Amino acid sequence: MIAALSYSWPSILVFAAAAVLVLVGALGVITFKNPVHSALSLIMTLFGVAVAFVAQQADFLAAVQIIVYAGAIVVLFLFVIMFLGVDRKEHVHVEPFVAQRPLAALGAVITVGGLIALMAESHWVTGVKSVSTVGTALATGQANVHQLGTAVFTTYLFAFEATAALLVIAVVGAVLLARRERVLSSEEVDE
Amino acid sequence: MNVPAAWYLVLAAVLFGIGAFGLLTRRSALIMFMCVELMLNAVNLTFVTFARTLSDIGGQATVFFVMVVAAAEVTVGLGIVVAVFRRRASTSVDELSELKG
Repeated sequence: MIAALSYSWPSILVFAAAAVLVLVGALGVITFKNPVHSALSLIMTLFGVAVAFVAQQADFLAAVQIIVYAGAIVVLFLFVIMFLGVDRKEHVHVEPFVAQRPLAALGAVITVGGLIALMAESHWVTGVKSVSTVGTALATGQANVHQLGTAVFTTYLFAFEATAALLVIAVVGAVLLARRERVLSSEEVDE
Repeated sequence: MNVPAAWYLVLAAVLFGIGAFGLLTRRSALIMFMCVELMLNAVNLTFVTFARTLSDIGGQATVFFVMVVAAAEVTVGLGIVVAVFRRRASTSVDELSELKG
């Protein structure tokens, strides 16, 4: 890990680009006062994560990341922001609880430090390949979409069907929640 | 040789930390949702990294399902935000205090 020169320059460059995109975007999300700027910053982070996906042989997921996250979810965010007209500035300097921000920073630092320490303690990854009999091996030279499709439609078929049901329930729930309540007129109430 | 998994794992941990900090400090429900997305993406990055390192497609399949659930979560969450905004004309979570004792 220290001897960076033993890794190929393109992979280091790709990692650096992904890291810059991810971190700058994430910091933008939590610092911008205007929600629209935060949403655009979020797109930057999602692109960075997609770059990291491509660099790690997850081509299909990178495409889905751009289409679903950057394409659909952020547009949904922007749509709600503009629909509600909340694109005015939030008063970020108001601190509702005493010492909330330092405590939150402390908690975040402890979380990140703990995660990194835990992973370093377990020597990151030992280099041993997965011995799972459930999952399919990530074969090199085979199309990523082919492998992922095979896994999703055989091993994880039940989970796939469950997510289909979940999506239908979520769509119906969202329509029900966002629907404007119809005010009954007095004639209708009498009936 | 590709960069080691440790680099991506550290990046994911830092991204998770930034998302957690934002979730704890920002008061706008919309920004808090975006911070949840940041944390979900950090976990996705970890899954993909381990899928690459352990050579197991299961990690990528899990990310696929996380994305589906995240999409459903955002749909319902934004529906709730719209419903709350109708009643309060604000998306600040501090104003939702009816249940305060």
